[in-house]
Amino acid sequence: MSKLESKIPAGPLAEKWTNYKATQKLVNPANKRRLDIIVVGTGLAGGAAAATLGELGFNVINFCIQDSPRRAHSIAAQGGINAAKNYQNDGDSVYRLFYDTIKGGDYRAREANVYRLAEVSNNIIDQCVAQGVPFAREYGGLLDNRSFGGAQVSRTFYAKGQTGQQLLLGAYSSLMRQVNKGKVDLRTRYEMLDVVIVDGRARGVIMRNLVTGGIERFSAHAVVIATGGYGNVFFLSTNAMASNGSAAVQCYRKGAYFANPAYAQIHPTCIPVHGEFQSKLTLMSESLRNDGRIWVPKKKEDAEAIRAGKLKPTEIKEEDRDYYLERRYPAFGNLVPRDVASRAAKERCDAGYGVGTGLAVYLDFSDAIKRLGRDAVEARYGNLFQMYEKIVDDNPYETPMMIYPASHYTMGGIWVDYELQTTIPGLFAIGEANFSDHGANRLGASALMQGLADGYFVLPYTIQNYLSDQIQVPRFSTDLPEFAEAEKAVKARIDRLMAIKGKQSVDSLHKKLGRIMSDYVGMGRNKAGLEKALVEIDKIKKEFYSDLRIPGEAYGLNVELEKALRLEDFIEIGKLMAIDALHREESCGGHFREEHQTEEGEAKRNDEEFMYVGCWEYKGEDQKPELHKEELNYEFIKVQQRNYKQ
Amino acid sequence: MWLTNSSIGRKVVMSVSGLFLVLFLTFHMCMNLALVFSPDAYNAICGFLGANWYALVGTAVLAAGFLVHIIYAFWLTWQNRKARGNDRYAVTTRPKSVEWASQNMLVLGIIVILFLVLHMAQFWFKMQLNEIVPVSEANPHDGSFLVIETFKNPVMVVIYLLWFAALWFHLTHGFWSALHTIGFNNNIWFNRWKVIGNVFATIICLGFAFVAVTLYIQYGVLGWEVPQIPTEMPAVH
Amino acid sequence: MEKKIDLTLKVWRQRDRKAKGQFETYNVKGISTDSSFLEMLDVLNEQLINEGKEPVVFDHDCREGICGMCSLYINGHPHGPDSAITTCQLHMRKFNNGDTITIEPWRSAGFPVIRDLMVDRTAYDQIIAAGGYTSVNVGGAQDANALLIPKTDADEAMDAASCIGCGACVAACKNGSAMLFVSAKVSQLALLPQGRVEAARRARAMVAKMDELGFGNCTNTGACAAECPKSVSLSNIARLNREFIKAKLQD
Repeated sequence: MSKLESKIPAGPLAEKWTNYKATQKLVNPANKRRLDIIVVGTGLAGGAAAATLGELGFNVINFCIQDSPRRAHSIAAQGGINAAKNYQNDGDSVYRLFYDTIKGGDYRAREANVYRLAEVSNNIIDQCVAQGVPFAREYGGLLDNRSFGGAQVSRTFYAKGQTGQQLLLGAYSSLMRQVNKGKVDLRTRYEMLDVVIVDGRARGVIMRNLVTGGIERFSAHAVVIATGGYGNVFFLSTNAMASNGSAAVQCYRKGAYFANPAYAQIHPTCIPVHGEFQSKLTLMSESLRNDGRIWVPKKKEDAEAIRAGKLKPTEIKEEDRDYYLERRYPAFGNLVPRDVASRAAKERCDAGYGVGTGLAVYLDFSDAIKRLGRDAVEARYGNLFQMYEKIVDDNPYETPMMIYPASHYTMGGIWVDYELQTTIPGLFAIGEANFSDHGANRLGASALMQGLADGYFVLPYTIQNYLSDQIQVPRFSTDLPEFAEAEKAVKARIDRLMAIKGKQSVDSLHKKLGRIMSDYVGMGRNKAGLEKALVEIDKIKKEFYSDLRIPGEAYGLNVELEKALRLEDFIEIGKLMAIDALHREESCGGHFREEHQTEEGEAKRNDEEFMYVGCWEYKGEDQKPELHKEELNYEFIKVQQRNYKQ
Repeated sequence: MWLTNSSIGRKVVMSVSGLFLVLFLTFHMCMNLALVFSPDAYNAICGFLGANWYALVGTAVLAAGFLVHIIYAFWLTWQNRKARGNDRYAVTTRPKSVEWASQNMLVLGIIVILFLVLHMAQFWFKMQLNEIVPVSEANPHDGSFLVIETFKNPVMVVIYLLWFAALWFHLTHGFWSALHTIGFNNNIWFNRWKVIGNVFATIICLGFAFVAVTLYIQYGVLGWEVPQIPTEMPAVH
Repeated sequence: MEKKIDLTLKVWRQRDRKAKGQFETYNVKGISTDSSFLEMLDVLNEQLINEGKEPVVFDHDCREGICGMCSLYINGHPHGPDSAITTCQLHMRKFNNGDTITIEPWRSAGFPVIRDLMVDRTAYDQIIAAGGYTSVNVGGAQDANALLIPKTDADEAMDAASCIGCGACVAACKNGSAMLFVSAKVSQLALLPQGRVEAARRARAMVAKMDELGFGNCTNTGACAAECPKSVSLSNIARLNREFIKAKLQD
């Protein structure tokens, strides 16, 4: 159990991070030059970390799965980034951001981490502005803010509907500056296939060069995983096609604990599914809920008529519309947190009030257009409206948008301590890849905040505490037996998949997995369903190993092989999610067990038994993983039932 | 030197030499107009631009402008073809907002040069050059006679009109593009420069065409007598 | 309304950078007009895999028009016949039953083909590495509101910054020029006080790198801006020219 040492510094909450920085060990500049760090991933967390570590003087090798770091999926974040600047004078503070985040996460996050996140949030905005990120501004030249779900203040900074893009390009440009200086060795179109452990410490990685198909070894003094989340386990999600959980699974297989895999976020405002060939779901920013009102028809017959195409939404009278979020949650209205909004949409659709295919609700801007004028709405959301129109071929200025929840983000991930180090010494995990800050549900505009906080301001400090005693350790040769062994295992794995020569494509199997995941491990879960999911996932696993077809060659460019390797890991994650969801006999945040709800259908936590981080230890293929618990102690805030009604 | 080894520098050379040629065209067009109203006045202007040192310097600078513009045009095009790569697109289209002229400047330029050679042989050769080195029977001081005699011929008029059309296309893109290249543009002026460029190109080309057509009508159709300076008379200076 | 259409696809297949490529013709049937173009290619690939053939390789990732990874030259247009979108947002309702669609990779000396429709665009990263940033280290920034920036400047910088680096401008340009891409980054930073500090240095370095990598000379045809999925304005090129000339005159 000692492995789960969270290393939270002593002292009052507001002083923990300051104390940590004051007492941690540092590496002097001359020694930094002698230390190598591998960063896998180039999104907000990975890109920012690689750039910052390079600035500090370490030698960084940075891997990118796409052809350029600028394409990491952080780029798709639309709405904004939170910070406790209180520029709007509406009563915001570091404490309030911290509190909202803990509460939004349904009291399943670590207090000290979240407070640190809120603390550094302000530095992030300063840093990004200095980089030239063109945040939206007021006419007076000051920064503008908007509101996001789960908060009663306006603390979200934004750059049109492309905030993630602008922040990522900021991190990317800093990264490219270090590449230019030779401090960062950037390798694009590479995918991690294993982490190499030497004497109990992470000392390198085995990578697949996606262009040549070659398996290559890289060594370093520390390895940082910044590979994002595993939301694509659902096949249909808002994640990019290459987003995967493989790096996390490799760490898990090598002994890193996987925390809270069941905590997956289903985003309430996505464009609904249209057909069987659909490859992904497109998110419509949460910021739309600032001005859009969500509704379904009050009368079932109206909903039926709409579905049959006999009635248009604009023909439904005001009194016949059910603005169900405003009805159920008067205090937060359309801006309730994501898990709440998603479940409410599902509840209405399950009850037969859905529109479109039956799995959709309306997001209506007619009031906003009346109140603000079309131009103002266009200025705020123009690019989102355009995107909607291109995809759906419907004009959202005239008819309400149709939206439905979709898999979006995973709060769970590799377990890390306060220093963002996993249970394997020398192996760090940052950004969405770790589990640390969002508890059971992430608030909107907090992912960008966490990614950049980890990359710019947290990891560059904490990793030094680890590296300070590594300065005498010479560079590692990749000829060590541990590397040879890891490479052999990777090749065996590839050869095994290539040798199956079955009939089904990777995508067709992935779709099957996705359907099981959404049906049984999605927005609503129950014991019987989860048990069924475990059986079904095993069936898919069997099919995968007996009937998979990968054309092409094993050691050349082979997109199908890439996807197959990822799917193999998704199957592992899917199982882990179901196991975790089954064991957690409570509802909290994104994890909703139908057995555990209040009379009003709200999530009912069980703090007595489940106020802990569920950490899973790999025990071998087809073995049940072992559960370890990191108890969550709330010293500074009072734990209560989440309430967005008053 | 950034005017030769940077892409923008090379474009600046194209732009500045192009603008200079536009100025020349403007002057040339104004001068031609005089001929319609008074052959004597035209001859006076020609005389003014004869074999004087300043006219020769002007001619040399002008020739250099042409030369630079032409050499750079070929150079840039060669580089641009190389930048395009070895495989060509099987299907190409021109987006609506892209002017046809803008993608065919070299072709238009070559047409302009070919006519220019003819034009030089017909006039410059017999006028300014002839004044310096006698290369032709024609009276170098009687430009108006030479011009009018040429445009009495309808074939010549048609050939010249074709030339002006090519020139018009070349100028419509060239004018605003030159200003764009030296950075003299923004979102507001973008369309303004295009309109100004079009109007300007039209005025210049119409001016030239007007002279050619009017001379043809006056002397070729109406049969006016062509004024000629008797060869034995001293030149008007 | 959703319809099902049958199509003939002429797809460029090329083994690697040096190999000679050629068009292959495929037929796909029953494509929903609500599908995206890439989903149609997924169907083609599924079909090829089922036939035991190698699927067509193309770049794609976010499939929501922001990562800039997708890069197909469709019927003579980068990102296809629709305006202001990327290939992944192009939907099949833009095509008719029985159409023949020609799909080519970006063709430019600056973007060599890796396989089939996948090209190497690392040249863009090299250009950014040459100077597409403000040289500020993490930690030293002043308060974000200490710097007042006129809204119009911030908005214009944002418009320039919306470039996704997909390479459509180069693909569309008959000169293979990367000026729109370079000018978008130079403009964004030239418009903001944070970026002005090293504006001259940036313009010089980025243009030099662009030239070195073999991109063509801009002749202001405007095809780049017309085909740009993010509608990045041509006036950025004028600003880049201005910045560059100013920088050179300062030398």
